[in-house]
Amino acid sequence: MKIDIKHVAKLANLKLKDKDLPKFEKQLNEIVAYVEKLNEVDTKNVEITSQVTGLENIIREDIPAPSLTQEEVLSGTKSKHNGLFKVKAILDSES
Amino acid sequence: MNNGLNTLTIRESLEGLRNKEFSSVELTRACLDQIKKYNSDINAFLTINERAINEARRADEARENGSDSPLLGIPIALKDMFLTKGLRTTAASHVLENYIPQYDSTVVQKLKDAGAIILGKTNHDAWAHGSSGENSDFGPTKNPWNKEYVPGGSSSGSAASVAADMTIASTGTDTGGSIRLPASFTNTVGLKPTYGLVSRYGIIAMASSLDSIGHFTKTVEDSAIFLNVTAGNDPMDATTTKNKIPNHLEDLDKGVKGFKIGVPKEYFTQGLDSNIKKNIEGAIKKFEELGAEIIEISLPHTEYGIACYYIIQPSEVSSNLARYDGIRYGNDRTRFGDEAVRRIILGTFTLSSGYYEAYYKKAMQARTLIRQDFEEAFKKVDAIISPVSPTPPWELGEKVDDPLKMYLSDVYTVIANLAGIPGLAVPSGFIGDLPTGFQILGPQFSEKLLFRIGHAFEQTQERKVLEK
Amino acid sequence: MKYQPIIGLETHVELKTKSKMFCSCSADYFGKEPNTYVCPVCLGLPGALPVPNKTAIEWCIKIALALNCKISNISKFDRKNYFYPDLPKGYQISQYDEPFGLEGNIKLKTKNIRIRRVHMEEDTGKLLHANVGGKKVSLIDFNRSGVPLVEIVTEPDFENAPQVAEYLQKLQQIIRYLDVSNADMEKGDMRLEPNISLVSRISNFQFPISSENLPKYKVEVKNINSFRFVARAIEAEIIRQGELLNRDETPTQETRGWDEKKGTTVSQRSKEEAHDYRYFPEPDIPPITFGLREIRAVREQIPELPDEKRKRFEKEYGLSSHDVDILTRERSAADYYEQAVKDGSKHSLTPKKIANYIINKKPDMDKTVPGELVELILVTHQTTEVSSEELKQAVRQVLLENPKAVGDYKAGKTQVLGFLIGKVRAQLPPKSSSEGIRELIEQALK
Repeated sequence: MKIDIKHVAKLANLKLKDKDLPKFEKQLNEIVAYVEKLNEVDTKNVEITSQVTGLENIIREDIPAPSLTQEEVLSGTKSKHNGLFKVKAILDSES
Repeated sequence: MNNGLNTLTIRESLEGLRNKEFSSVELTRACLDQIKKYNSDINAFLTINERAINEARRADEARENGSDSPLLGIPIALKDMFLTKGLRTTAASHVLENYIPQYDSTVVQKLKDAGAIILGKTNHDAWAHGSSGENSDFGPTKNPWNKEYVPGGSSSGSAASVAADMTIASTGTDTGGSIRLPASFTNTVGLKPTYGLVSRYGIIAMASSLDSIGHFTKTVEDSAIFLNVTAGNDPMDATTTKNKIPNHLEDLDKGVKGFKIGVPKEYFTQGLDSNIKKNIEGAIKKFEELGAEIIEISLPHTEYGIACYYIIQPSEVSSNLARYDGIRYGNDRTRFGDEAVRRIILGTFTLSSGYYEAYYKKAMQARTLIRQDFEEAFKKVDAIISPVSPTPPWELGEKVDDPLKMYLSDVYTVIANLAGIPGLAVPSGFIGDLPTGFQILGPQFSEKLLFRIGHAFEQTQERKVLEK
Repeated sequence: MKYQPIIGLETHVELKTKSKMFCSCSADYFGKEPNTYVCPVCLGLPGALPVPNKTAIEWCIKIALALNCKISNISKFDRKNYFYPDLPKGYQISQYDEPFGLEGNIKLKTKNIRIRRVHMEEDTGKLLHANVGGKKVSLIDFNRSGVPLVEIVTEPDFENAPQVAEYLQKLQQIIRYLDVSNADMEKGDMRLEPNISLVSRISNFQFPISSENLPKYKVEVKNINSFRFVARAIEAEIIRQGELLNRDETPTQETRGWDEKKGTTVSQRSKEEAHDYRYFPEPDIPPITFGLREIRAVREQIPELPDEKRKRFEKEYGLSSHDVDILTRERSAADYYEQAVKDGSKHSLTPKKIANYIINKKPDMDKTVPGELVELILVTHQTTEVSSEELKQAVRQVLLENPKAVGDYKAGKTQVLGFLIGKVRAQLPPKSSSEGIRELIEQALK
């Protein structure tokens, strides 16, 4: 299987430079070809492992605790306005 | 010349501090001096904690006042994946080059509570993506034993800083070998604990189901001292164990007589460097001499470990790196380096509609088979001995243009992460001027046993200290 | 009409837990200073990890049980990956293939609406649009980020907008009975996403529609926050799609928004592009399991729900379905009524009388306790009970004795009715209730 790099980059919210595409394409397709080695493994009726701890039902009581201050929350950006994060206008929700 | 305090182990340092042979300020200063002297060569540190001496002074005062918390006054270094409130944390990426965290990770908090002094933040492959340290956006770390060679990654700076005596100990993260591999390349002891033994809260996530939080020390005993501080349940990390944590120093000296140690037959065939093979065979012989029984075992699915890992890990990476959009902190997504871009694209692809079953689901099934291999093996043996890297350290630049080749160097390490079991990398000598080591793998939460085995082996070796 | 609408509905309900879904920030964010109810977890800071809220999960199960869902023994959380500035982690923690509740239903007056699933997820931050320094910008407040949401998804079982409206009213009522959300539309506690498509009436089909008979497209209208708008959006979509189909065009499968000012839906194509959510199991949260005992414990917390209550009120108190609808609209009102009935029975006040009083006089239930209400009714009615036979007799007599007034009334001077009522009352014992006199006179003069 070959990766459609442009499509996947869009899904991943990455803007790649055109000049880098052939390099990434080659490297990634080699890696994909390698991981397809897994097709040799018979996994019929094998359960999946998505976690290894065996833990279940790790939950917390519904008790509120203090949050960060607004100053701390906004400390990582210069793009802010009246206590809010500021970004370029998002068009489609304006309608 | 400095007073050499920086070459001490945790245990030796604690003894000296307790006996008032020297102060934490002196010890910390010795480390800072060593950093000042060699960091431009080695590039192990990205950020130095300007308050370290003040913190050491406070530790000395606390000791005066009768405190003896487990790491009181011990200078340590943190991989730059560990969030430190008010102290820049970069993930060795341009994306976070100016990020000052709003909170401390749980482990950092525990280390501070135990009295440790934070010297600074160490370099590594950006986002912990790599096996050599060369993927750092701030330049590669060099192997202190031979600066033409890589120190191993991703926790390159943490390993190199301990090896070069810039610190007494350091933290690392191990998602597919990122502690054990650099440990074996730098003559240091590296522990990848059981998944869920040490909290991940506040440590930049790479692949959440695989990330293990460990450390580098100069001895096995130090590793146990350190784990006693970091291990345990964290209400902020739902995947941490609720088990009672044993004292990992207990039984350290009891030896390996009667232990059954497994050697996977698949591991000593093609692909393993002959010098490393010889070295490990030497170690196995040592264990026999110490009274352990060596048993051949099989881990048949190891062959598929890398393929399985390089589906699961990038998939989780692609999701974990989605938050770095430059809105709330950090720079935007154009600042990701090539390796992060590769993994994000690979992972986005393997999770995408139409491919999930063929890749991600298949890998999760293969992961079950890999776990079952270990379950079977641990019915027969107490622990397993295995190589860490199939080759000795390679030259800087040797593999940077061939990511797949780089990935394959993790062949012996990723399976412990896939199975969630602990691994302890122990130095076992040198090949030429470069160090090598092996790893001891055990069942989940068998760290105490691994320390006991590692310590027994360590007693047969002479600790080689870097001449500086 | 040539086409039959096929409508499904997704409803997001924001729970009123004290803390957020995966962190301990207060969930009581409405109207608060922006970005003050935010922590590393709900701001998506590096290294932060989610830990689920026990109460939120129990309430989700409660909703699922109240909607007659099966509860899965094993559930898990999944990551839904997409990029949007109000989504701090770049993924939303949701549930994909193992939701807490499956296969429930809500019964409407004339049909059964099947519930496909009930699952738990987290809310996003809030985007505001403004002009700052002459530039159009969007501003983000993360106070809402991570507040627990329950999503309730129906099968495409609705045939028209009124059915959707009826369903929503019932759903809102159930949620309020369960006391797990204020279900306040104004505050955005309930957000609605209908999906609409049309099939030709000529094609042979019947509700419920099997998946192979569904149209090949479906238009989703996102994030509507009023029952009225959802009905209008559906009507507008039916017209728009009908026109397209008349021109032999197939409507595009897409997400649209409701523009209240224009009274139409508008395409939101840019949201459409990245419609591949790349779900995978959330590695940071171990699975959630439910044994029969746990499910039973949650079930025991569920109060009598509106449908059962209505049936019981009709049967037990002999009330009309109209009266019962009013009395059971809110659980607190129904409880109030029942307490008043209990208190009234000591004074031989009938449940019907109490119901009439509450429905007609609309007493302030916050100020008047049921005991006081009973007193009030007693004063009005007095103790002198007049039998209906006695009353009828008095009416007959008055009409006989006042032929002029009767003549005037029949000639259209209805204002004489008051005079006649007065005469009838004079025939009755003092302080008798005047209830029903007017009706009796009117009937007699028809």
